Amino acid sequence: MSGTFTKSMARNIFYGGSVFFILVFLALTFDTVKALPKLDNRGELTPQVALGKKVWEDNNCIGCHTLLGEGAYFAPELGNVYTRRGPDFIRTWMQIQPTGAPGRRQMPQFNLNDEELDAIVAFLKYSSEINTANWPPNIEG
Amino acid sequence: MQYQSQIVAKPYFIAAIGLFIGQILFGLILGLQYVVGDFLFPEIPFNVARMVHTNLLIVWLLFGFMGAAYYLIPEETETELYSPKLALGLFWIFLVAGALTVLGYLLVPYSGLAQMTGNDLLPTMGREFLEQPTITKIGIVVVALGFLFNIGMTLLKGRKTTVSLVLMLGLVGLAVMFLFSFYNPVNLVHDKFFWWWVVHLWVEGVWELIMASILAFVLIKVTGVDREVIEKWLYVIIAMALITGIIGTGHHYYWIGAPEYWQWWGSVFSALEPIPFFMMTVFAFNMVNRRRRNHPNKAAMLWALGTAVMAFLGAGVWGFLHTLAPVNYYTHGTQITAAHGHMAFYGAYVMIVLTMISYAMPMMRGRAAANSNKSQVLEMWSFWLMTVSMVFITLFLTAAGVLQVWLQRYSDAPQAFMVVQDKIALFYWMREAAGVVFLIGLVLYVLSFFVGSKEPEAVQS
Ligand code: HEM
Ligand code: HEM
Ligand SMILES: [Fe+2]
Repeated sequence: MSGTFTKSMARNIFYGGSVFFILVFLALTFDTVKALPKLDNRGELTPQVALGKKVWEDNNCIGCHTLLGEGAYFAPELGNVYTRRGPDFIRTWMQIQPTGAPGRRQMPQFNLNDEELDAIVAFLKYSSEINTANWPPNIEG
Repeated sequence: MQYQSQIVAKPYFIAAIGLFIGQILFGLILGLQYVVGDFLFPEIPFNVARMVHTNLLIVWLLFGFMGAAYYLIPEETETELYSPKLALGLFWIFLVAGALTVLGYLLVPYSGLAQMTGNDLLPTMGREFLEQPTITKIGIVVVALGFLFNIGMTLLKGRKTTVSLVLMLGLVGLAVMFLFSFYNPVNLVHDKFFWWWVVHLWVEGVWELIMASILAFVLIKVTGVDREVIEKWLYVIIAMALITGIIGTGHHYYWIGAPEYWQWWGSVFSALEPIPFFMMTVFAFNMVNRRRRNHPNKAAMLWALGTAVMAFLGAGVWGFLHTLAPVNYYTHGTQITAAHGHMAFYGAYVMIVLTMISYAMPMMRGRAAANSNKSQVLEMWSFWLMTVSMVFITLFLTAAGVLQVWLQRYSDAPQAFMVVQDKIALFYWMREAAGVVFLIGLVLYVLSFFVGSKEPEAVQS
């Protein structure tokens, strides 16, 4: 870099640029938080959904699955599993794990009780109704 | 070594390398479970092995960053570390807390661990990369505060160089952004939105400051180029990093329920994120070409150039590949993401820590400037084995990802996830083979510390 561009000019660009874009980012964040009530399906945030999220987290489901495309890529997307499979399938599925099929990827048995099973289904229903700009591209997730 | 207290970096580096080995062993378990689904089941389910793999990565990189700071700060500030005792105490606290957490993952079912550690009181667990029990997270904050206090006090009493200020800024940012890991609202969209303030604003924000300042330090030392020149570059690089990277967070807000304008903000700004990484590459080669001396530590020079190139490839090129919203619509959460995650983490953060270790370790072990030729040759072999095998891991995962997108997302008759996984198994086998080569490279790396110790030091050529 040439002699006319000094270190203190570079430093000013760093501080000025950073502060400016932090402020823009905070403004966008503020606007997002204001816009979210229309998008995030909060009407369905019942205590049961809250319990479902807790069950989801306490069993580290994200360690194998994606949820809205984030998580691990070992097992299917679950953000839309409620639409793909429906509540009864999900309940039964959880209860019959692991399949024990030789060589096939295995999902553990989490020993959820009825209340927890209902809660996880409610949580997945709530997740499936978040406005995700039409993602995923198709039902397979 | 110019200052006695720099030696506290040594246990940090040793622990980092030890945990690195653990990380890779669990990576190989994961890779095998991808194709032999019931491998080690039910003893070590995939999610458990994955937590160990990713958390060990983060923890050993943190050890590496802290070690780098303990070595770099006294030398830059031209004064002894404020408290070497505190640094050693925190080392043991961090190591024991880390070991207990990993043992908890392996020995107790995760829900039991959540219960035992009181996750009900302040639920923070069960989110990717932030799986640690809440008390471990609090422990991390305590260690970080003690660490920042220690180097902060050192900085206050010594010379304040740009390199040390930028490093300090990056480390403070690291600690501050981590605080968002304690925010876990029931609202999934809020949760995801702020989760990225830890993950994205780390790797595409404050960690870039850490990387660039360590790179600048090593380049000053091995090339002898004028500090003014290097520090000017440093400022421009980190300016570009934050100008593009902060709003670039938007590339994670396309499909999680946030407003759709993020598709524009995220695409435009994250498309510019390769710029700082490209500048780091140009910077490193430029400084080496203009070098005023031929430093005898050729291995350190190789790592420094390597990290600049590989960070650009992994973060810059592979990041750009899937960052535009119309592309990300199809690639989001596929093996493409995994391909990018691997090369970016390796190129930028693994390699910058190994650069610093390569530069500093010989001095801490009693050499004047460098290891013997024999040891360096082995270290350079390990560089090539690890780096080339990581390139292949990335290529195989990219191939798997392209097929996955095609069969599961893009085609007229989309197929189910598990069906597609079966069809692309060949690429997972090849990834695993490349992973074995990576492990061999890592073993050679460790051996390089033990061979040629009795031989004379390499000399300036
Ligand atoms: C022997 C070599 C390795 C193998 C076989 C391996 C394998 C894996 C596997 C199978 C996953 C889980 C993917 C999923 O969620 O479905 C994973 C995740 C991950 N690994 Fe590795 N790994 C290896 C080395 C590394 C290295 C050297 C690094 C760091 C530089 C690394 C960083 C990561 C990261 C960051 C993730 C999370 C990725 C994401 O969320 O997109 N791995 N690894
Ligand atoms: C050294 C810097 C970087 C590192 C260590 C890194 C690492 C990662 C990791 C681990 C993930 C997966 C997160 C998850 O598990 O959900 C990810 C996602 C992503 N990264 Fe990076 N990254 C870096 C830089 C970049 C850059 C510069 C770009 C853009 C040019 C980029 C674009 C993306 C995108 C678009 C995703 C989301 C992928 C998806 O939708 O599934 N990254 N990155
Ligand atoms: Fe990102």
